[in-house]
Amino acid sequence: MRTRYYERDAFPPAVAELRRAYRVFVPVRRGDFHAFAEWDDSVRPDFDYRKTRVPPKGLVFPQSERLLVFSTDERDPEHDILREAPKDFPPQAVVGIRPYDAMAFRVLEVNFDTPEVRDPWWLRRREATTLIGLARADEDATMFRTENYAGPFDERGLDVIVYDLGRGYLAKALGEKGEAALAAMGGDEPAADALREVEERIARAATPELPAGRLRAQPAAPELPTGRLRAQPVVPLFEAEFWDEVAAPCLNCGVCTFLCPTCWCFDIQDEVRKQEGDRIRNWDSCMFPLYTLHASGHNPRGKKTQRVRNRFMHKLKYYLDKYDRGVMCVGCGRCVEACPVNIDIREVAARLNGFGEQVERHDR
Amino acid sequence: MIARDRNPYLPYPVRIEEIITETGDHSLKTFKLVFLDPADEARFAFLPGQFAEISVAGKGEIPIGIASSPTEKGYLLFTVQKMGVVTSHLHSMRPGDRLGLRGPLGNWYPWERMEGRNVVIIGGGCAFSTLRSSIVYMTDPSRRPKFKRLTAVYGARCLSLLLYSDRLDEWKGEKSGIDMHVTVDAMQESEPRTPRWQCHVGFVPAVVKEKIKDPTDAIVILCGPPAMLKFTLPVLKEAGFADGQIYLSLENRMKCGIGMCGRCNVGGKLVCKDGPVFSLAELGELPRET
Repeated sequence: MRTRYYERDAFPPAVAELRRAYRVFVPVRRGDFHAFAEWDDSVRPDFDYRKTRVPPKGLVFPQSERLLVFSTDERDPEHDILREAPKDFPPQAVVGIRPYDAMAFRVLEVNFDTPEVRDPWWLRRREATTLIGLARADEDATMFRTENYAGPFDERGLDVIVYDLGRGYLAKALGEKGEAALAAMGGDEPAADALREVEERIARAATPELPAGRLRAQPAAPELPTGRLRAQPVVPLFEAEFWDEVAAPCLNCGVCTFLCPTCWCFDIQDEVRKQEGDRIRNWDSCMFPLYTLHASGHNPRGKKTQRVRNRFMHKLKYYLDKYDRGVMCVGCGRCVEACPVNIDIREVAARLNGFGEQVERHDR
Repeated sequence: MIARDRNPYLPYPVRIEEIITETGDHSLKTFKLVFLDPADEARFAFLPGQFAEISVAGKGEIPIGIASSPTEKGYLLFTVQKMGVVTSHLHSMRPGDRLGLRGPLGNWYPWERMEGRNVVIIGGGCAFSTLRSSIVYMTDPSRRPKFKRLTAVYGARCLSLLLYSDRLDEWKGEKSGIDMHVTVDAMQESEPRTPRWQCHVGFVPAVVKEKIKDPTDAIVILCGPPAMLKFTLPVLKEAGFADGQIYLSLENRMKCGIGMCGRCNVGGKLVCKDGPVFSLAELGELPRET
């Protein structure tokens, strides 16, 4: 397993070396927020960033994607026959991605790469993507841990993990893709003290009981309460009385789904300009009533409570039951941060997880 | 099912061979479709109960049950109600026009369980399409011996809204191999056509109560509007049918049809991929949200 050390100032130039073989995406400052952008001469990477507002999900699952093309010109012998939109999938490296956003791709993959059907755009873009993660214990107050996010040093979703040691960075390859990327970045063999420091930082992050202050720079993010969810039967959870209360303040703005790194719902629309047509896939949101509206006018989730319930039940129960790989959440806290009416998935998870407990106590 | 190595979003090109206006109010038409590449027909191997996404370039796609039977070779039938953007456009199209077809999608009626048993088919309105497929499939001389007694109840609001009139004449015949009960909610004075065979007057549940009495060794497949289901299911239960013997075909809004876009779920199940056919026993374990 290749490890490399870069002095603080030497890291961006090493990343720049990747541009010879990859399209390189890096965190850049955009006004008050950060976003991933392709590193060309017009942008400057900012590896000290904490969290991007919009997750880098779109680098593999774009917000809008042309899937198929067609001609409606009847003089064209191929008219009205749909074919795949021609496109390339060049190698791309996402440098500075945080472990939770990398894990999100593992949460998403079960939807697009299934035993029965496989989404060809997801497959090709995912295959072309190398994730070079930034590990630094700087979780904010909206973040939390789940089965799919073990903390700031979680390397499971990454091809390379880069530990920020302050004075420099230590990078470790985690597989073939990572080996190739790290070989292209150059760098030095790390000294023993740098390796030791990484281990200390990991140990510190994993031991939330240590006294705060001297050893701990940051308090560890709490666990999302989900331990009892699997055993909870689905129908009583669905019929629980608290859903109206949870949904009451919701404005149906959809920001929770738009900013979620693990939401995958999409819509497909046709567009025709003159006689050239495109079939386009766009992110959609289960928070919108049109999402489920039948042509007949019937809507199985026409009410706000039904939609809010579906979102949380999907993330915290249906996904868990169906795939047996934890909840559909990586604890990034973006929905908590952005919700205009402070609906908090941690509180909803606690309600679901604790459902039935009060009743049992009452019975005793 | 679509082969795993095929792009599941890419439709097979098809041509409209014929358009049959099924109902007096012109709201339902059956489209007879032929693959532009004859080799695609083999790739589209399906069983009754499955559906396909019909693709109109520039308008979009709609999920529609397959109305023809696998025993009817060389073409596919889809009965489409004029309702939204895509279906309205479809209704304005002509023979020779091109469409796309993705599929076959979803699961099918429980054919392995139905073989060797009595089968009851209950349908109402335009939902009869995949049941047409099933009846043609089961009454085909090559397949009829696989099933015991076949009984069907099919209802529409009035005579002019009954689908597949040519087939109804055949199924009502003595040698059809199926005991077919057709009913209309009411007999209109101005019916364009009086059938040669006996037609009940009354709602589907009433006819089911009168004709479907023996749950022994039987499987029921059902497809119809919510009101029909609501009043028919208690009649079946009263007759002694268990939830595991009753299969329903569901609908929901769909886009991808392959279990990815997310919108057609009922609880943790996706109607497009885990359905559209569910047993009443399976539905009993799901949240009620349709």
